Amino acid sequence: MTVRDEQDEAVPDGTYEPSPRRLARERYRRARTRRAFAVAAASSTVTAAVLVTLIVESPGWQRTRDTFLNAHYARLALPKVLDGLWLNLRLLAVCGAVVLVAGLLIAVLRTLRGPVFFPVRALATAYVDFFRGLPLIICILMSVFGIPALRLSGVTNDPVLLGGFALCLTYTAYVAEVFRAGIESVHPSQRAAARSLGLTSAQTMRHVVLPQAVRRVVPPLLNDLVSLQKDTGLVSIGGAVDAVYAAQIIASRDFNYTPYVVAGLIFVAITIPLTRFTDWIAARMNGRQAQGGTV
Amino acid sequence: MTSDALSKGSPWPLPSGEPVLRLEAVRKTYGSAVVLRDVALEVPAHSVTALIGASGSGKSTLLRCANLLEDVDDGAIFLDGEEITDPRIDQDAVRRRIGVVFQAYNLFPHMTVLDNITLAPRRVHKVPRDRAETEARELLDRLGLAGRAGEYPDRLSGGQQQRVAIARAVATRPRLLLLDEVTAALDPELVGEVLAVIRDLKDEGMTMVIATHEMAFARDVADQVCFLDAGVILERGTADRVFGAPAEQRTRDFLSRLTEAGRL
Repeated sequence: MTVRDEQDEAVPDGTYEPSPRRLARERYRRARTRRAFAVAAASSTVTAAVLVTLIVESPGWQRTRDTFLNAHYARLALPKVLDGLWLNLRLLAVCGAVVLVAGLLIAVLRTLRGPVFFPVRALATAYVDFFRGLPLIICILMSVFGIPALRLSGVTNDPVLLGGFALCLTYTAYVAEVFRAGIESVHPSQRAAARSLGLTSAQTMRHVVLPQAVRRVVPPLLNDLVSLQKDTGLVSIGGAVDAVYAAQIIASRDFNYTPYVVAGLIFVAITIPLTRFTDWIAARMNGRQAQGGTV
Repeated sequence: MTSDALSKGSPWPLPSGEPVLRLEAVRKTYGSAVVLRDVALEVPAHSVTALIGASGSGKSTLLRCANLLEDVDDGAIFLDGEEITDPRIDQDAVRRRIGVVFQAYNLFPHMTVLDNITLAPRRVHKVPRDRAETEARELLDRLGLAGRAGEYPDRLSGGQQQRVAIARAVATRPRLLLLDEVTAALDPELVGEVLAVIRDLKDEGMTMVIATHEMAFARDVADQVCFLDAGVILERGTADRVFGAPAEQRTRDFLSRLTEAGRL
């Protein structure tokens, strides 16, 4: 073969000394960074001070602090809320797994071509249309109270299972749409290249389209998972004691809302590491495939 | 791939004299636009056919039809004497016997160079991974890409990407290789390395149909040149005949425009 590559070998740098121009440029950048940092710090301090003053000086602050930020009730509520949280986490894990698999399946079904698959396509589309539009709370009510009302033998009455089922129904519809957007974002030329190699349409989907589609939709998928995590609280409609309901029990007994604040902060604390983790995954995937740049 | 695998054209015996690819009265339209009109073409084994003509003359469509990426409206296409435009045929099995190289490379960005090349041998032809990878590395070596096996396509230059795409297309030892404007997206100094690879494939006996704007290259490498104009093969002959003594006025116009543009 006549072609030979010039390998990317670095030329030895010899006696390179940074020019005065470069040094001046770097001095300027450092100065600009210091100035930006100072401005940001000052403006943050001022904003925080204004907010704190506004809240603390408000006429109802004393009362509000006792009702929402009461250390006694926080201590009282924390173990019960954490107990309830265990239910939320289990629901998140199980429903999350079901939703990802089922959503991917529905999305793939919706992309099938040809008249043979019309009924499948139509069913999948109808499912997504219906459950994406149906408010989650109504879906849960239907499931938790409607299914037991049928008095079917062998079907559970457990509000956790029925509530989880309703969560899966709704979130599968959302997630299917996210996956479908990912699938359609893969350029047709990728499909053409795969088919021209003799891959069947199923192989093309599995080895070429889906890997690229899934990578692209990781951030929106995480968004839906965080949302699902919060909505697991809605199974309390049927009487299951999750973190929110555990807080509510104390709050309505003692007329103190501190347990809600505790539960809310715990939810926030769980989602933040999840978000950072996905950002990290996305950054790693991009770094591996593409060349870097400054913008 | 063993070093002489590309040179031994056919893995199965052929009826003598049967062209690898034959088009009969092919017609293709998009809506009301007729892209191919009554196109007939024969591509003998181990020969190179160059398709020349202005953009929009139907070169790419002809290649896409030959690989069944597009259905023809009328007429028939034969691969090794078998009608591949018959709707009863297994299209995947036909595409397995034809390699395609695209203008925009169309490499799979989520796979390494090695995985790009071994995908079809492993998944379609069921070659064990070890053997597929050994053969892919030999192929990369011959294309001047040794040491690039673990890279992702986006980290390579255009010329390197296109050579990987060629390696991917020939890794399955296709009966016929279709090349669609494979140097059109490349910087001028990278065109040469890709053309050198194609020249080597010709020397090894690969049957090819090449849509190209590189007239000097077409003249040099092609056994047969077809000038397409508005979906019709207006003129067809040896490279020397079509370039040296074009019979049609439109061919002469096309070539003189290229000469003025410094492309010939």
